[in-house]
Amino acid sequence: MRFDRHTRRKLVNYGFVGLTMAATAVAVIALLLILWSLVVNGLGGIGLHIFTMDQPPPEMPGGLRNAILGSLEMCAIGMVMAVVIGILAGTWLAEYGEGKRLAEVVRFLNDVLLSAPSILIGLFVYELLVRPLHGFSAAAGAVALAFVATPVVTRTTEDILRLQSNQLREAGMAMGAGKSYVIRAIIWRASRPGLVTGALLGFARISGETAPLLFTSLGNPDLSFALTQPMGALPTTIYQFALSAFDDWRALAWVGALLIAITVLAANIIGRALARGSHQS
Amino acid sequence: MTEETNGLSRAARQDAFFQALCFSAAMVLMATLAGLLVALVIGGWPALAHFGPKFFISAAWDPVAEDYGAAGPIVGTLVTAGLAMVMALPLAVGIAVFLVEFCPAVLAKYVSMAVELLAGIPSIVYGMWGLFVLAPWFALHVQLPLFYVVDPDSFWGHLFEGIPNGANIFTAAMILAIMVLPYIATVLRELLLSVPTHVREAAYGMGCTPYEVVSRIMLPYIRRSAIGAVMLGLGRALGETMAVTFIIGNSHEFPRSLFASGSTIASTIANEFAEASSDLHVSALLALGLVLFVITFAALVGARLLIGQEKA
Repeated sequence: MRFDRHTRRKLVNYGFVGLTMAATAVAVIALLLILWSLVVNGLGGIGLHIFTMDQPPPEMPGGLRNAILGSLEMCAIGMVMAVVIGILAGTWLAEYGEGKRLAEVVRFLNDVLLSAPSILIGLFVYELLVRPLHGFSAAAGAVALAFVATPVVTRTTEDILRLQSNQLREAGMAMGAGKSYVIRAIIWRASRPGLVTGALLGFARISGETAPLLFTSLGNPDLSFALTQPMGALPTTIYQFALSAFDDWRALAWVGALLIAITVLAANIIGRALARGSHQS
Repeated sequence: MTEETNGLSRAARQDAFFQALCFSAAMVLMATLAGLLVALVIGGWPALAHFGPKFFISAAWDPVAEDYGAAGPIVGTLVTAGLAMVMALPLAVGIAVFLVEFCPAVLAKYVSMAVELLAGIPSIVYGMWGLFVLAPWFALHVQLPLFYVVDPDSFWGHLFEGIPNGANIFTAAMILAIMVLPYIATVLRELLLSVPTHVREAAYGMGCTPYEVVSRIMLPYIRRSAIGAVMLGLGRALGETMAVTFIIGNSHEFPRSLFASGSTIASTIANEFAEASSDLHVSALLALGLVLFVITFAALVGARLLIGQEKA
């Protein structure tokens, strides 16, 4: 069969549109398949015991309490560090770095850190805190998580502060306020939803991070809150359980994966919704 | 001094203090990256000095004999990341073009949210899914049928050689492709949106079909930055740890076929670092980390330079 040129161009075009739709379908289906297997394998295992019992020895009943609380503690400490450093660094880039060569370098290095393999952060903190102090510790885990989250907070903070209009800054200055006072009392306050978004995105990034914890907080089968001791965390426990030969450990790993996925996706969605809200206002 | 000047100087002091505080936070970021590099160089130096250039070309990895060569993991890293990009790039272009040109506005919001969520799923979840869902499926529906159909002595037989358990270089690359897909697609989408409207409309005005506008006008327009987007995804794929560790099979052999188990730099470090007992083993792993740092840094710098230039 022969087509005239017009028909051929039309057919090629239909084929192309079909291919782009297929590509999009692949991504959407992959997402749905992953979420589906999390629900199928994880939902059945969820119960109160997950939150009230510590991780069990093989073939024994148990939950994930030590891992959940360990994750929460290390993420919380890591986030405090990341938020303080990230917001201040982002503020410097947005408010003081204008036209400075050094600011461009810092911004560039922050972008590199943002995409740097997190396992290298783990190695760095091992050399920095674990080897000199002769032992794995929750503190080292929290610092490693902070290093992963800080670039995220810095980046979002800078982007958000740049959105504030200069009239706002000038109005503050005109009232006789110093630059630092304008930033703290006006710019930060006006940007608050965006700053929260940065923190949420940072939290979403680190709450599922496994690699930086492997050689810093190591993991701990018992409940522990001590910063100087190894501490359990959801991702490290999932890693250990998923690769084990015991069915009930694997089942717990799926429950843990479901919990992490829910946390991360919720933080992502809330963070993005907040950011969208603040852009519109 | 009057009270007024006192107040003024206090405000000035406050300003200076606050600026110094912000500046030192920015310097902490720089120090982190510098410290990371220094720690890897110091830690990896004993192994690099001990083995010399042989470290990069030897595929031996024997903790008992204390003989370490990085060729296996380095090649494994480059091959999985490269394969992942080959799989991810056409999909990412398709998604970006679909979202910008063809997707109804009602749907676009949900599709781009789905793509963003794909980026949010933690690496360990990808790893579990790969190991327990993708690998068995792949073994049963791809590897076994191929095993029966393909003559083991032919070229294809060697290419598809491997234990049919689904844990191999190819499936690792598949998982990596899904993981980097959202990063590449998002950047490509922004680049396509940055093509000036008058350029697009001029092409449509000449009677081009949407396919012709995209393939002859828009994609060439963003070509340079698009390479940057690919390198950004490459940087991610090279350093991805947990997902790959789950599914690549973790053998230090030099990879000989697509369906052979292998290892990457990151998976080797994740598997062995906490248990490494001898100083030389630890040092060899840190040297591997240094190699990974150099490779990813190069990819990210390239990405940044290429993407940055067109936007400016």
